[in-house]
Amino acid sequence: MSIDLSQFHAVFFEESFEGLELMEAALLELDVDNPDSEQINAIFRAAHSIKGGSGTFGFVQVSEFTHILETLLDKVRDGGHAIDADGIELFLQSVDCLRGLLEALQAEQEPDLQRANQLARVFQAVLDGATYADSSSQVNTNPPQDNEINEVLEPGPPATPEAENLGTVRQQIGFTIDFKPDTDMLKGGNDPVRMLRELATLGEIKTTLDASELPPLESLVADNCYVSWHIELITSCKIDDVEEVFEWVEDECELSITPIMADAPNVGNNQSEDAQSNSNAQAADTTGQRLVMPSGPLPSLDELQLPSPAVPKSFEAAHPIESPVQEAIKIPVEAKPAKAKPAKVESSSIRVGIDKVDSLINLVGELVITQSMLGQMGSASDSINEENIGHLREGLVQLEQNTRELQDSVMRIRMLPISFTFNRLPRMVRDISLQLGKQVQLELSGENTELDKTVMEKISDPMVHLIRNALDHGIEMPEVRKAAGKPELGTIALNAFHQGGSIVIEMTDDGGGIDTERLLAKARGNGLIGESELLTQDQKLELLFAPGLSTSEQVSDLSGRGVGMDVVRRNIQELNGSVEVSTEIGKGSTFRIRLPLTLAILDGQLVTVADQTYIFPLVSISESLQIDGAKVNNLAGGSDVYSLREEYIPILRLDRLFGLRQGEAVLDGSLLVVIESEGQKIGVVVDELLAQQQVVIKSLEDNYIRVLGVSGATILGDGNVAMIIDAVGLSSLAGKDIAAAKKLTDAAA
Amino acid sequence: MNSAEQQDAKNGLQHTLANGNQPSAQDFADQQQYLTFLMQDEEYGIDILNVQEIRGWGNVSPIPNAPNYVSGVINLRGAIVPVIDLRMLFHLSDSNYDENTVVIVLKVSTEKVNRIMGIVVDAVSDVFSLLPADKQPPPSVNRNFSHDFIEGLTEVKGKMVILLDSERLLHLENNL
Repeated sequence: MSIDLSQFHAVFFEESFEGLELMEAALLELDVDNPDSEQINAIFRAAHSIKGGSGTFGFVQVSEFTHILETLLDKVRDGGHAIDADGIELFLQSVDCLRGLLEALQAEQEPDLQRANQLARVFQAVLDGATYADSSSQVNTNPPQDNEINEVLEPGPPATPEAENLGTVRQQIGFTIDFKPDTDMLKGGNDPVRMLRELATLGEIKTTLDASELPPLESLVADNCYVSWHIELITSCKIDDVEEVFEWVEDECELSITPIMADAPNVGNNQSEDAQSNSNAQAADTTGQRLVMPSGPLPSLDELQLPSPAVPKSFEAAHPIESPVQEAIKIPVEAKPAKAKPAKVESSSIRVGIDKVDSLINLVGELVITQSMLGQMGSASDSINEENIGHLREGLVQLEQNTRELQDSVMRIRMLPISFTFNRLPRMVRDISLQLGKQVQLELSGENTELDKTVMEKISDPMVHLIRNALDHGIEMPEVRKAAGKPELGTIALNAFHQGGSIVIEMTDDGGGIDTERLLAKARGNGLIGESELLTQDQKLELLFAPGLSTSEQVSDLSGRGVGMDVVRRNIQELNGSVEVSTEIGKGSTFRIRLPLTLAILDGQLVTVADQTYIFPLVSISESLQIDGAKVNNLAGGSDVYSLREEYIPILRLDRLFGLRQGEAVLDGSLLVVIESEGQKIGVVVDELLAQQQVVIKSLEDNYIRVLGVSGATILGDGNVAMIIDAVGLSSLAGKDIAAAKKLTDAAA
Repeated sequence: MNSAEQQDAKNGLQHTLANGNQPSAQDFADQQQYLTFLMQDEEYGIDILNVQEIRGWGNVSPIPNAPNYVSGVINLRGAIVPVIDLRMLFHLSDSNYDENTVVIVLKVSTEKVNRIMGIVVDAVSDVFSLLPADKQPPPSVNRNFSHDFIEGLTEVKGKMVILLDSERLLHLENNL
C-alpha cells in the first residue's frame, strides 16, 4: 500500500516556514557571550523537524543541508563549539537559504543549490575547526555578475592579488566527459539528450558536439546515432554522481570520465609551493585522483562561489581553448543561469487554536438546542395564545444571541495575532541597520493583538515600508545622534492595540523627525503646491503621502525615490483604514495606522434617503441630530453649513449628491448624520434613521465598477440591496462644499 | 449522445438553420445558439452560452451617480449584480416596465471581462442555431455608440436579427 505523500506537502511547508521563523527569532535573541542553552535547543529542534520532514518527503537537498546545520548546532549545544556574532550571521544566512530552497520546492521548481552548497562547505569548514569569521566573510562577498563575465573574458591578472600571494592548491572542479553513443543506442529507447540534461542539473556544462561521422543525408538511417559529445562539467559532485547518469547506457557507448583539476588559491596553507608547481599542469589529471573537499586545507572564497571569476580562469588556463566553437559558447556557459526568485506561494490555510474550535462547537450545540426548542413550540401549539407567543419571543431572543455569538466565533477563526507580521521585522531592522551603519533597536509590544488574516496580509507591506523609511530617513547616524545629545542607539517602537472596532498600529521612532518646510519646498519645486499657497502644519505633513515626493537628498536602494508613502496610504485606505503622522523636529515621528478588525462584517446604521436604504458604517458616525433651522447658514455658491459647537460643518444632501431627486427640501427639522472622515466633520441629511445592525459587506466592484461615495453593498433582511456609504469618497464628492465650510471655520477661529 | 438523440438534434438544427441548407457534420460542430429578445419590435440575439438565467424585473436598488441606462443592482442569491437597461443604452424610446419586462442575466468570463450583469429587455422571444457563415458583418456606415455592441446581423425566417457581442456589452469600463 502506498500513501500519496504529496497531500501532506502543504502542512510540511507551513510547519517548516514556522520552524524557520522560530530559528530566526531565537538566533536574533541569542546572547553571544552567554548563550542560553534553551534557545540553542529551540533552534536545534526546529532544524531537526525540518530535516526529518524533508527526509520523509524526499526533499534530499533540504535534508542534507539541514543535516550539516544540525551537526554544527549539536556541537554548539554540547559546548564543543562556541558561537559568536559571525556564527549567528552564518546561521541566519542558512535560514534564508533554507527558506529559498523550501519556497522553490513549494512552487514546484528546481531549487537553486548553489548557495546551499556554499554554505554547506562553510559549515563543514567550521566543523573542521575554522572560525566563523573566516568562513562567513567568504559567503558575504558576492561579486556582481556583470563583472564576473567581463573578468572571465579578459585574460588579465588574477582577480584577487591576495590569492596569488597566499598560494594555490590543486582542486577538483569538475569532469571532462567523452561520450560516444553506439550507433544503435537510440533503438534501445535511450535518449542522449536526456542524459545531457541530467548532467546539466549537476553543475555547469559546456558541450561540444562531434558530428563528423554524420553520413550524407541520403545514406542516413534515421534511428541511428552518429554523433558524439565532448562535455566539460563544472561541478562539486562526486564521480559516482556523474557515472550514475550514464548507468543505463554503460554497455551501449564509449564513455570516459576524467576529473578536471584546477588551481585554486588557498588561505594560509603549507602546501602552496607544491601546488603552485602543478598549477600549469596538463589538461586533465588522468590518474583520476580526486581531492575531496574540505578535508585538509580550507576552501577559500573563490571556490566557494562557483562559478566565480577565479575558478573559470584557472580552468581556462588548464584547458586552452581548443576550437572557435567552444569560444563561441563560452559566454552563455559562464553566465549564471537565470535565478528567478520563486514566486512566493500565498498560504491559503490558517491554523486555528483548539479553544476557538471548541467554543464554536459549543455554540453550534446551543444553536441546535434553541432550534429544537422553537421547533417543538411550533408543532405543539395549534392555537396561538398569549403564552405561546411569549415563549416564542423568548426563543427568538435566544436564537438571536446564539447567532451573534456564532458569528463572532466564526470571525475569530480568521483572527491571527499580529505577531505573524511583527516577527519578520527584527531581522529586517537588524540587516538594514547594519547595512546603513546605524544602531537601531526595535521594541515590539501588543504582539498578541488579533486581526483578520486578510487585513494582516495586506498591512504587512506598508508596515515594512514605514519601518524602512524610519531606518533610512528617521534614525540618524550614531555620530549625529551623539552630537544632538541622544543615545547612539536609536529606537523604533511598534505597538498594536484595539481601540473601538479598530486595531491601531503605532510606529514611533526617536530620529530626526520630518522637516515639513523641506517637504513644502520640495512640493513647490515639483509644482505640487503653488508658490503663493499657504499650508497649515497638518497640510504640510499630508504632503508626505503625495506621490513622487521624497525628502531624502539621496536615492538609496531602500527609499528616497518618492514612491512608497503614497502607496502605503493607498494600501491602508483600501482596507478602510487610515494613517496619521505626527512629528517633532529632532525628537522623532509617529505613524498611526488605524484598521478595521475585519473586512467581512460591519456595524452599520441604516438610513433612508428618497425611499432608498443606505448604510453608514457606525464607526464613521460621530453624532446624529435634528437640524435647527437657525443654525443653518447659506454660503454664496449654494453650499449650506451648519454651526455645530463653534465649528462650521458642511451640509451634504445625499439625495442630490447621488442624483436621487431634485428640488429644494426644507432643512429645518430634518435629520443630520454627522460623520467624520480624515479629521473633517461632514453633516449628511437623511430622511429617516432606521435600525443599527451588522451587515455583511459585498463587493460592488466584482460585477460593476468602483462608485465614488460607496464602499460596497449589502443585502438586507428583505433581500434588497443597500449601498454602504464611504465617508472618504463622500467628502471628495462634495469637495467644494467642504472647502467652503473649512474656510469659514478657519476664519471664525 | 446516442444516435437517436443525435438524429433529433440534427433535425432540430435542420429545422432552425437560417439558410435552409442541409447541415454537414462540420456545420453541426460550428453552430452557435442564440437567444433572441425583443426591444421596440426589433429582434436582438445574444450567444446563449453567455446567458446564465432569465428573471422577472424587480427589486432594483439604484447606484449613485450611475449613467441613466444603469438601472441599479439586484441581489442574485447573495451576489450583487448590476442591471442595465438596454433600451436606454441603445437610445430607444422611453422604457416602461410591464409584466413582460425581463432581466437576462449574462455571465462573461474572459481575460478582459469577468462579470455577471443583467440586461433589461422588453421580452424574450426564441432560440435559434446559426452557422458562422450566415453571420453578416454590421453595416459600416454611420458608426455610433450602439453599433459598437453589434457583432453581426443575420436573418431568421425572413426577419432580421441583430446579434450582440456580450463581451463588449459587459466591458463596462468602455461604456461608463
